[in-house]
Amino acid sequence: MTEQPAKPMMETRGLTVRFGNAVALKNISLEVRRNERLAIIGPARSGKTTFLRCLNRLNDFDHDYSRSGDILLDGTDIHGPEMDVVALRRRIGMVYAVPVPLPWSIRENITYAMRMAGIRNRRVHAEKVESSLKLAGLWDEVKDRLDSHAQDLSGGQQQRLCLARVLALEPEVLILDEPCSGLDPISTARIEDVLEELKARQSIVLVTNNTMQASRASDRTAFFLMGELVEVGETKQLFTAPREERTNDYLTGRFG
Amino acid sequence: MRILLEREIDRLKKLILGMSAEVESEVHTACNALLQRDDKTAQALIDDVDKVDTMELDVEEECLKILALHQPVAADLRYIVSVMKINRDLERISDIAVHMAERTLKIFAEPDLLLPAQLSDMSVRVQAMLKKVLDAFVRLDVEAARNVCMADSEVDTLNREVLRQVKEGVLRKPEQFDALLQVMHVSRHLERIADHATNIAEDLIYMVEGRIVRHSPEVSDKG
Repeated sequence: MTEQPAKPMMETRGLTVRFGNAVALKNISLEVRRNERLAIIGPARSGKTTFLRCLNRLNDFDHDYSRSGDILLDGTDIHGPEMDVVALRRRIGMVYAVPVPLPWSIRENITYAMRMAGIRNRRVHAEKVESSLKLAGLWDEVKDRLDSHAQDLSGGQQQRLCLARVLALEPEVLILDEPCSGLDPISTARIEDVLEELKARQSIVLVTNNTMQASRASDRTAFFLMGELVEVGETKQLFTAPREERTNDYLTGRFG
Repeated sequence: MRILLEREIDRLKKLILGMSAEVESEVHTACNALLQRDDKTAQALIDDVDKVDTMELDVEEECLKILALHQPVAADLRYIVSVMKINRDLERISDIAVHMAERTLKIFAEPDLLLPAQLSDMSVRVQAMLKKVLDAFVRLDVEAARNVCMADSEVDTLNREVLRQVKEGVLRKPEQFDALLQVMHVSRHLERIADHATNIAEDLIYMVEGRIVRHSPEVSDKG
């Protein structure tokens, strides 16, 4: 095992989140290490997605939302006065459960984010289209039809296109909320393979309802239950000998 | 999902417990045949050689089925993996019991041979270890499993003592050499059964606690 640098890529310290009076997350201290795939598992309403959306401040849009505790990106408070939220969301790329390709061509889906980020050089665009589609494992399937409509791709391809779109901005952290929930096993395996390759560049946080996906496609796993972080550990340890009874009960399907 | 898996695991439990009982009884029979000079019982054990082999295959197939169809994790995974290993140990013990019966018949070919007194002591201890570990397996009793591990070295000591007596016997009565050689083998067989009982105890500890204790000092009083 390689030694972890002292400073994690991202870190929450005593993060508590409320929506109105309802507590969604209770005092979560969890780090996302550099070049790791961290899976977050837990039953419905355990706070997985809320946690993920805290990392790039997507919850800010919810008027009921209140928070205490800190979230650090590379040691910097993401709620600090000097933090530019739009820039933050470029540094923390997000992929959603349902692929949402923009209603344009494959190429434009990728160049759009760059144009919005102020990158206008066409040569850079062309390079990025190729490199990010390659990273997302989609290049070979679409290289001859980059100008065809993104909606014509299959579900699995659309999801990889969304991934490529995010990767074009070279985020430091990649957060994925159930990215394979609507995909067949082969498309799912493609995405999992890509994540394994991407961790050399990015830290990855993967929220999944599919515990077997967490076991296959992560280095560490965190188990959330009713807003609490019950246990976090090496995936191989958590899936063979979890420390907490509640983790064991969830993994073996004894819940609910 | 859970109910289906639960049902499969229950079935597996029944299979492995049935096999445990059978193996325990075979060892009991082998020891009795030897100590009571009962060649008919020894022969019957030899003739019934296939029973446990069939059970072993049933258990293994059930385990593979559960792994493939249910992909168990955590405590369930440890249970299945441990049962697969325990299955193997039980099958080996059964083989050894049959070997003991074969040796026993050869020992009886020398009617004047006196068995070393330690052999009886050994057979009592080995049967007790086996019984204890199989009971512990039913009750998931880790403490009892640890005691079984600790008892192994006493059997090793007795085995060495039998070996010493066999050596003396050969010097004193070289004409009994063949039968004494069989005595040495029987002693070695008993010692191996104790080793397999210890393996089962170690697997049981892993099953319950999730820690691999094999080769660790906590289950050995040798070091």
